[in-house]
Amino acid sequence: MSKNRAFIPLLIFLAMAGLFYFVLMQMNKGEYNPRDIPTEFIGRQAPAIDLPSLFDAKARVKSGDYAGKVWLLNVWGTWCPECWKEHPYLLELKRQGVPIVGVDWRDDRDEAIAFIKQKGNPFVALGFDPNSDTAIDWGVYGAPETFLIDAQGIIREKHAGALYPQVWQEKFARYFQSSKSAE
Amino acid sequence: MKYSFGRAAGLVLMLLFSAVGLARIDTYQFSDPQQEDLYHELTQELRCLVCQNQNIADSNAELAKDLRRKTYEMVIKGQDKDQIVNYMVERYGDFVRYKPPFNASTFILWLGPGIILLLGVVMLIRIIRRRPATTEPLLSDEQRRQAEKLLGEQDDAADKDKDKDKDSTGDK
Repeated sequence: MSKNRAFIPLLIFLAMAGLFYFVLMQMNKGEYNPRDIPTEFIGRQAPAIDLPSLFDAKARVKSGDYAGKVWLLNVWGTWCPECWKEHPYLLELKRQGVPIVGVDWRDDRDEAIAFIKQKGNPFVALGFDPNSDTAIDWGVYGAPETFLIDAQGIIREKHAGALYPQVWQEKFARYFQSSKSAE
Repeated sequence: MKYSFGRAAGLVLMLLFSAVGLARIDTYQFSDPQQEDLYHELTQELRCLVCQNQNIADSNAELAKDLRRKTYEMVIKGQDKDQIVNYMVERYGDFVRYKPPFNASTFILWLGPGIILLLGVVMLIRIIRRRPATTEPLLSDEQRRQAEKLLGEQDDAADKDKDKDKDSTGDK
């Protein structure tokens, strides 16, 4: 009995080591992110957007224009390296007919315009949000973040971090397969 | 020594300016002192989401700055504490609060330390209680005799060594 007891610390150590190894593997695979903040927004009505357009300060970008459609909201900024990484994939989604509304967050207007002109514009509309009005309204804490809004105006998915084909297949693709609501 | 006054003055100036540099940049105006108190209370209690272990009052992160401004706007509009906290929790979850509510997902957070303390106390009491039970002698009679015998032999040996030393010194 007392002999077995001596092994208890070793067992606890092994259990802890196993747990840490498991969590680190999950982080490596990108399945677990300790900085992720669980969103409270899935299944709720999307907050209304009313922002000036990046290209034309007089024009407005409104979420109401997309009612009845399945669309994406992508929050980005030229200061965010992950946004540069995901940009080509957003262009690819545009070619597939996915409507993406962009929110240029806390950015320099001229730099953002230059970025879009040089790399292409994946957005059907692009709002300019230098003061985080829309970002805070949508519970955004980092960039890029992508939301999927369904035809009823309800947020169905949210992804924090760059969009990759794998993420798209897992989370978003199914919403565009049944109905060709794009366009 | 000649320039010590100038040096001291320079140091004082530097200290003054460093304090100015550290002061919060956004100074909001409140007409109602109660609203000002509410603003300070809220910025102390809301967490900066990108820096994680700071509240939004202490953080200079861009998002914290914008969250302070949002808080200010809502306070000025006359919203009360619950309304503003609810707005933030709806968007950023309970994580945004430094004082998380007591519910199913946070009960371990609140009760954990107490449970661990209780376990420790229970174990301590058990260990202390078990001790008087082991009053049986540490050595059996036979072991004691054996020990005495061994110790006695050692003493004898030590005495012999001493005698040897004496002899060797005597030779000289």
